[in-house]
Amino acid sequence: MATDDVKLIGSWASVFVMRARIALHLKSISYEFLQETFGSKSELLLKSNPVHKKIPVLIHADKPVCESNIIVQYIDEAWNSSGPSILPSHPYDKAIARFWAAYIDDKWFISLRSILTSQGEEEKKTAIAEVEESTELLEKAFVDCSKGKPFFNGTDHIGYLDIALGSFLGWLRVVELDAGHKFLDESKTPSLSKWAERFCNDPAVKPIMPEITKLDEFARKVFPRQQS
Amino acid sequence: MSSGEVKLIGAWASPFVMRPRVALNLKSVPYEFLQETFGSKSELLLKSNPVHKKIPVLLHADKPVCESNIIVEYIDETWSSSGPSILPSHPYDRAMARFWAAYIDEKWFVALRNFLKAEGEEDKKAVIAQMEEGNALLEKAFIDCSKGKPFFNGDNIGYLDISLGSFLAWLRVTELAASHKLLDEAKTPSLCKWAELFCNDPAVKPVMPETAKLAEFAKKIFAKPQA
Repeated sequence: MATDDVKLIGSWASVFVMRARIALHLKSISYEFLQETFGSKSELLLKSNPVHKKIPVLIHADKPVCESNIIVQYIDEAWNSSGPSILPSHPYDKAIARFWAAYIDDKWFISLRSILTSQGEEEKKTAIAEVEESTELLEKAFVDCSKGKPFFNGTDHIGYLDIALGSFLGWLRVVELDAGHKFLDESKTPSLSKWAERFCNDPAVKPIMPEITKLDEFARKVFPRQQS
Repeated sequence: MSSGEVKLIGAWASPFVMRPRVALNLKSVPYEFLQETFGSKSELLLKSNPVHKKIPVLLHADKPVCESNIIVEYIDETWSSSGPSILPSHPYDRAMARFWAAYIDEKWFVALRNFLKAEGEEDKKAVIAQMEEGNALLEKAFIDCSKGKPFFNGDNIGYLDISLGSFLAWLRVTELAASHKLLDEAKTPSLCKWAELFCNDPAVKPVMPETAKLAEFAKKIFAKPQA
């Protein structure tokens, strides 16, 4: 069942695509990575995700699965006897992991992105303050979820919530460079700072974390900076 | 493990609150329903959901779980040996159910809410067109997911039935306000049959708000200021 053909439609720069790739690496699943060209959408993408027309799309034995967090859960469930568990095992811990993953996508990421799209200094300052506040919440969430272990997953290996937040680390650094402001910082967010380093060095993550200079260049293309 | 007092902070009119209520009913889990007063937030709510300050919040042995779809999955996993499975069993079907539940909250419901807030005929027409497009997608999703059975989940109501079905009373209120049927035997025949079965399900009937009472409530919360 789980040995069929696996393809992933995505792009090297996408946070959301990275989530699916990390999950596939954790489970040691070989897959064909079909990269989209920035600015256009392939026939296969449009056919596989007609509702949203977005990456990532996992295609397993020709059946498409869409939405990054849903793909990660699918990978965990379809290959449950392979590699570590991605979701925590206890229902309460699962609920907390899902809660924070939703918060990251619905609030934290939106504020982060608005730093790059902001028009003028005032808007940028507001967005920066929002990200500061929500990152503080995530620092506390880490302390609660990790229970003294190295990862949000409460275990010695990365899991769902680590992947949900960690996949943003490249873009976070790009935004920090643009804003001239550190969000992950040993004094403000000591636990998250240490966690970030561990996450980036994880063997399932390291090969696919984009290089910051390459990402920064790409970001300037996608989010042209306002003339001052 | 699954013992411990269960409380649910919510309100009779909220479709999001309805979801965990249906799930708890399916699993025959008794719970204390703590109703919030419209327009204010209790200390308990603010303490239990400090991040979003929103209902529903499930309190299980004093530990809070927030976000309706997350609560439904929690109920399914915690009381896994009680009642029917709420999520489908096959990973692919689970992914499909989660996909459509996310679509319902992020796109379909947003259109529904925009209609209730829309001012002027042009705006309303545009939103109705969006809703009809969304309903056509959901009609097809129903056919794909149900595989000939009465519910999205198969023989029993499940996660996706609950996710969409909890909006049926609000959908009826919107249809009344628009004088326009959004679920219609000609355009969405499968969804119409499904809606009737859903509303008559014993886990749903006691918690589905009465359309007239809800319409009255809707007028109050979407009251337009004096022109």
